[in-house]
Amino acid sequence: MSAASKLGTEPSRVTRWLILGVVGLAFAIPMIALVEFTFRQGLQGEHTLDHWTGLFSEDAARTYRGLFTAIGNSLLLAVVTVGIVLVVLMPTMVLVQLQFPRLRRVLEFICIIPITVPAIVLVVGLAPVYSIVVKLFGGSIWTLAFAYGITVLPYAYRAIQSSLDAVDLVTLSEAARSLGANWLVVLWRVLLPNLRRGILAAAFISVAVVLGEFTIASLLNRVNLQTALLQVSQSDPYVAAIFAFLALLFVFILLLLIGWLGRSRRDRSTS
Amino acid sequence: MSVRGVARYAGLTPFALYVLIFLAIPTTLAVATGFFTDEGEFTWANIAGLAAPNILMAFWSSFWVSAVTAVIGAVAGALVCYALLGTRAESTLRTIVDSIASVLAQFGGVMLAFVFIAAIGFQGLITLWIKNQLGIDIYADGAWLYQVQGLLLPYIYFQVPLMVITFMPALQGLKSQWAEANATLGGTRFTYWTRIAFPVLAPSFFGSLLLLFANAFSSYATAAALISQGAQIVPLQIRAALVSETVLGRENMAGALALGMVVVMVIVMWGYSVLQARTSRWQR
Repeated sequence: MSAASKLGTEPSRVTRWLILGVVGLAFAIPMIALVEFTFRQGLQGEHTLDHWTGLFSEDAARTYRGLFTAIGNSLLLAVVTVGIVLVVLMPTMVLVQLQFPRLRRVLEFICIIPITVPAIVLVVGLAPVYSIVVKLFGGSIWTLAFAYGITVLPYAYRAIQSSLDAVDLVTLSEAARSLGANWLVVLWRVLLPNLRRGILAAAFISVAVVLGEFTIASLLNRVNLQTALLQVSQSDPYVAAIFAFLALLFVFILLLLIGWLGRSRRDRSTS
Repeated sequence: MSVRGVARYAGLTPFALYVLIFLAIPTTLAVATGFFTDEGEFTWANIAGLAAPNILMAFWSSFWVSAVTAVIGAVAGALVCYALLGTRAESTLRTIVDSIASVLAQFGGVMLAFVFIAAIGFQGLITLWIKNQLGIDIYADGAWLYQVQGLLLPYIYFQVPLMVITFMPALQGLKSQWAEANATLGGTRFTYWTRIAFPVLAPSFFGSLLLLFANAFSSYATAAALISQGAQIVPLQIRAALVSETVLGRENMAGALALGMVVVMVIVMWGYSVLQARTSRWQR
């Protein structure tokens, strides 16, 4: 028994694994049910691989064309959204950190507004805004990324800010400036390498948010992965379940990578 | 201001413009349209429309679903956090738990509806198991999964993970010196938790509880995927108002509903930030 456990501040091994086991099981069972569902054959309770192999059959590209288009749309949206985070949000955060420390609280406040103004509220006001956006840029799917850039603000902000807090940006940039570097060089060769992990984490989490987004796409009548999944689930629930499971798995791996990135940083700083 | 001073601020304009167009304007439009008719004249009719029985009922349903799932999620999530105390944040266990929690809490949406249809739908794995092994038909009283009650389990499925994410930092902020002081002064495990840990954690716990409430209250995707007919909760009322814009006299009802939601969200999130500020006193 460890000292902390004796003092009562930490659970004993038995308690810990009992809680984690019970909750873990309760959370695993529905997910197992989803996977089992993808192997169902009709309603008789028999199992088959057909739903999975069907995705690789010759006419799959035709049968699931809508779904594949939607996946393409979501990936495009993810890329453009990450672009917005990198080109609009990130430089602003660096600038505020370096030049306008008094605006830091304001920026933070703005970036967490999307939590208080949820997507279902925002979409009511986005509808008229998008009628103008469509006139300016046409109705292509990528324009939806403008809205997604707002949705990912709280997540991307947190990821980049934790990275900003970890390095002394002011000293670094002043050192570089005094050695004769111009601002572009400072940003590109001094600041970005130091912020790499935060930027990567922000990019990954933005991809995760965009792949899971349903509300805005659905109510603005756009097609993305989630709206297509709901559509497909009405005609072919098995395929919808397969793609839902794969999407959840993909996002889980993305987040695992973020966690692993953060971990390697901490390991290095303690060694 | 000098030219250079103005130029300094120029760097902030792209972000300022972006946030203005895609956050400030939509938010303003969303809450303001409720005050206007379709022809652009000022009216109280939409706001008064919030008092209609079906809309009050939707607010009430949203409220109790959010409250019930927030309380269950907060208690279960806090237990998981407690179980994780003493594990290192860098450990593989924590990395995996954090990732799973994050997936389920923030990105599930429509997919969580599929998960629960596969588990406890009419032909769900658990439904069939209960029917075959215990001889009980869980749908004897009707298709409750596709009604408001059906939201409870899927919502708890994303509320518990959200609690794990938000409450873990507070629990980890408990200092071992406090436990040592408690032991030195002759306190027991019981006095440590009741006199020290719980009072310190209380603001954070209730703050997280509010965040969970706001999360469920504003959640749309899971409900939209499960409930295709009707508008039993507020987000679904907004869907109905947006989709059926042709229905006479309800043109700007979505705006009034959005305003109602924002009012609730602002109050809840204000409470959250107040409690959060109290928490941070102990995390220095």
